[in-house]
Amino acid sequence: MDATSIGWLALPLAILGGAIRVSTPFIFVSIGELITEKSGRINLGLEGTLMLGAMAGYAISYLSGSPWLGVLSAGLAGMAFGFLHGLLCSVKRVNDTAIGISLIVLGTGLAFFLGKPLIEPKAPPLPSIALGFWSSVPQVRAALDVNALFFVGIALAFAVYVFLNRTGCGLMLRTVGDSEDAARALGFPVLRVRIIATMAGGFLAGIGGSFLSLSYPGSWSEGLSSGQGIMAVALVIFARWRSINALGASLLFGGAGALGPALQGIGVTGYYYLFNAAPYILTLAIMVASTSRAAPFADAPGELKLHR
Amino acid sequence: MTLKPVDRRSVLQMLAAAGSAPFVLKSTVALAETPLTVGVLYSGSKQDYGFNQSHAQAAAALKKQTGIKVVEEERVPETIAAQRSMEGMIRQDGAQLILATSFGYFKPHVLEMAAKYPDVTFAHTGGVWTAGMPENIGTFYAYIFEAQYISGIVAGHMTKSKKLGLVAAKPTPNLLRSINAFALGARSVDPTIQVQVIFTGDWVLPVREAEATNTLVDQGADVIAAQVDSPKVVIETAEKRGVMSCGYHSSQADVAPNGYLTGAEWNWITPYLVYAGSARGGKKPEHYLRAGLGDHFVKNSPFGKLVTPEARAAAETARADLIGGTRVIYSGPLKDNKGNVVIPAGVMQSSSDRALDGINYLIEGIIGQV
Repeated sequence: MDATSIGWLALPLAILGGAIRVSTPFIFVSIGELITEKSGRINLGLEGTLMLGAMAGYAISYLSGSPWLGVLSAGLAGMAFGFLHGLLCSVKRVNDTAIGISLIVLGTGLAFFLGKPLIEPKAPPLPSIALGFWSSVPQVRAALDVNALFFVGIALAFAVYVFLNRTGCGLMLRTVGDSEDAARALGFPVLRVRIIATMAGGFLAGIGGSFLSLSYPGSWSEGLSSGQGIMAVALVIFARWRSINALGASLLFGGAGALGPALQGIGVTGYYYLFNAAPYILTLAIMVASTSRAAPFADAPGELKLHR
Repeated sequence: MTLKPVDRRSVLQMLAAAGSAPFVLKSTVALAETPLTVGVLYSGSKQDYGFNQSHAQAAAALKKQTGIKVVEEERVPETIAAQRSMEGMIRQDGAQLILATSFGYFKPHVLEMAAKYPDVTFAHTGGVWTAGMPENIGTFYAYIFEAQYISGIVAGHMTKSKKLGLVAAKPTPNLLRSINAFALGARSVDPTIQVQVIFTGDWVLPVREAEATNTLVDQGADVIAAQVDSPKVVIETAEKRGVMSCGYHSSQADVAPNGYLTGAEWNWITPYLVYAGSARGGKKPEHYLRAGLGDHFVKNSPFGKLVTPEARAAAETARADLIGGTRVIYSGPLKDNKGNVVIPAGVMQSSSDRALDGINYLIEGIIGQV
């Protein structure tokens, strides 16, 4: 039970704990964005959706006393934002990237404005599952104190995989995203599919935001997001538009993010700026390693304007 | 140009006394007929449980004074937007005193605005006025490390594991001064105490601050102190992990009702009143204004319920010694954590000693690296 006796073992433990604690918002936002991008649109506004979700989740949890109701309303708020994005982008000659950026500003601004009275009150947080019950080491217990949303996120990654690859609706979504002409020829409602995909993406991003305010770090403040929403969009490209990869990338990113503080914790005190950059360096390295000269956009949905 | 130290001190003390008993000042201010409009700029949210909130609290106290009107703008970036904001306050609201509370406002924004509006008084937090700069600029700061030293004493009394954790933003001289003071306070109680520092690398990074706190608790620290812009997340995480905590900037006591011990807080109302006085009187502002516990520029949060009577008594004694000058925080012999002597035996660097401005070491007993 001596708390100081775990020594360097604290490092893998911190990385594991960090992967579990930090990655959940990345999982939700990146899988949400993945669904949107599979329909052929990019929604950069998820950073704003994340903040709006964080605020809405905290507000409803505080007012109703039920954190799960908070999560649901965060999702609905995100969905409304996704609807806005989907609708605006359906107008001819409207650029989805520009709309996304304006939604970042609108979402954060709206969240700050409506969230002003929420900074001081304490909302009931999401409960976590104590998976470390078998251990008598407090550090292990703390690392394995896992939020239920984390498991929902993992299940979601697999569910989205099945949806995209094994269902008719998934095929329709992919067709719309890969070739608008082909989708029209088949009689698919292109705009409707895209709007619904963007709404689904917004819903998940909102839930990702509610994790920030209701679980970890667990309160509403204006500095809550340090770019998680933007980073999650980048993770989708990193994951080559595959949901299982997106899950892996989020976990990797979360774990690597814990490296900086953890190394200083075990006494490796120098180079912390470098270690703090670990997630980004790792991302860069893997992206360089996994590029293909022959077919650089092989996995990208054909209709993504990013690649035109 | 500068006033004699004796004069300055007496003026400060008078105003500080007025600050602690506002009705005294109210009667003097009420003598002036036209209300003084004061414009306050914040770089972040007024409710950040941190640095900006400490200013916002002082602005709220200023607003209560009769004859003073306060206009505020938060989240003003340290760009040309700061100049627009100041200009707007001066021209539209008629502000005669501008309080620019973020470091980055100074160069060039405050300097340019002060040259453009010589009749308006500008007071800036943290800047250093040098000869040749506009005469209507005052710069003020406070020796918060004195309050952090008191927090260190309380933490040193309360720790059982003899290990304290500290989450800090960046190794800047001001932060290092406070980190060292915290460690010196704790180690004055028990020289075996160690302070472990984790630098997050930026001013506001909630997720990494929470991670750093968790890591420190995992390493056995049972008191966590925070020196980031908004210590709320650190204090909250410490509370969730069931350890004690010490705050910074403003009080975070309400987010950690069990474990909050005390905290080092700014008490900006004192310098605000100094500048309100000079702006109203049409006098030149104090160009370089710095003070600590004795002049009520900083204070400690009220002790939390866990703090033992011995710890309270030791903190009060140390406070009295610091104010009376019988105790100097940075006194030799002092070694850094690499074994070099940084202050030789017999040398004392008092709070106002400019030698401390460029501090770049962590003292013996701190695990961490600049």
